[in-house]
Amino acid sequence: MSSVRELLLRPMFRENPVTLHVLGICSALAITNSLTSSLIMSVSMTAVLVVSSAAISLIRSYLVPSIRLIVQIIIIASAVTIIDQLLTAYLPETARILSVYISLIVTNCIVLGRAEACAIHQPVRTSVLDALGNGLGYSLILIVVAIVRELVGNGSLMGYRLLQLVREGGWYEPNELLLLPPSAFFLIGFIVWAIRTYQPEQVEDQSARPFDLPARRQR
Amino acid sequence: MHGLADIFFRAVFLENLALAYFLGMCTFIAVSKEVRTTLGLGLAVIVVLGISVPINQLILDHLLRPGALAWAGLGAFDFTHLWLLCAISVIAALVQVLEVILHRLFPPLYHTLGIYLPLLTVNCAILGGSLFMAQRNLNFIESLSYGLGSGVGWTLAIVALAGLRERMKYCDVPDGLRGLGITFITTGLISLAFLGIAGVQW
Repeated sequence: MSSVRELLLRPMFRENPVTLHVLGICSALAITNSLTSSLIMSVSMTAVLVVSSAAISLIRSYLVPSIRLIVQIIIIASAVTIIDQLLTAYLPETARILSVYISLIVTNCIVLGRAEACAIHQPVRTSVLDALGNGLGYSLILIVVAIVRELVGNGSLMGYRLLQLVREGGWYEPNELLLLPPSAFFLIGFIVWAIRTYQPEQVEDQSARPFDLPARRQR
Repeated sequence: MHGLADIFFRAVFLENLALAYFLGMCTFIAVSKEVRTTLGLGLAVIVVLGISVPINQLILDHLLRPGALAWAGLGAFDFTHLWLLCAISVIAALVQVLEVILHRLFPPLYHTLGIYLPLLTVNCAILGGSLFMAQRNLNFIESLSYGLGSGVGWTLAIVALAGLRERMKYCDVPDGLRGLGITFITTGLISLAFLGIAGVQW
């Protein structure tokens, strides 16, 4: 828990919240069929994480344990509402595509997970850096999955046509399965496979306890 | 009546919260190791969705929508920006109340559900149910049908996955893919199967 570098980089690669702790995958899977929406989702998510972690860390010494969950949820929900209103005002088109997934950041386990695991014990600077690192780690997975899905599924990136499609007189026959929900499961499965081949100690024991909450495990 | 059954079956199969919208995935992946525990969890999800979606519908329609407060002489106000806060508070409160009631009146069920009940507050499937209800402008009865249907659909998906994972213990999975990786891929395959139902007419 010391250097800035460590705080930022550890959750991005070694302890990525999505692939190690299985947190926050709902939105990671749902909106990754286009790079633009993934980028906006990543920015919103990171902003909510940083703002809510800073706020929770500021009031951490006044938080009574029995009501801390509801206070945290209210802080997070307020931050999400602000982001949601901003998006609706300035980027109405994207807000329409992302629909409920922006609001669902409230229940994204990464936000509450970091609040519980870090912001509630650590000073503001540490929790903000930790939140930023986790937000970036989440964004990294989102962007990788989105690039593969949009490029293979539609031959484009951020709406720009990179591969000429057959139906438009080009050569590329898109694999439209990649635009459908199941492909995201396969892609994240493969990413997890790759990371765990490289770092075998992340593989959980098959005979593990039947109930093993990811959020608890890291404490 | 046909409309309600239609909403119910669409929510169970076509618009399955877990497999088509990826909601409640964290619990979905983390808890789906044994069929027995997933049945308890599924029951909790059905109950909470079946109650919270209609309650949120009432709040949205009678308190928050523009002009909804006309009965109190506040017709000019629009409180929809408070919708998210209200929805999540209702869910959190509901889960707490449900916990107390179950503990008092149905101890066996309470012990079966155990820790899963409080966790439902931060389950995106529960909040997602309310948000989709708002997006589709369902009325009270429709929202009841939608809430129950999406709960049943989610349960169906997690029980199916747990059944497969129980069998998977006997399989020789490549090392790096063990555990989380193969679970994702299995879920992808179940999701493909559910997509197939999209072509069915009734």
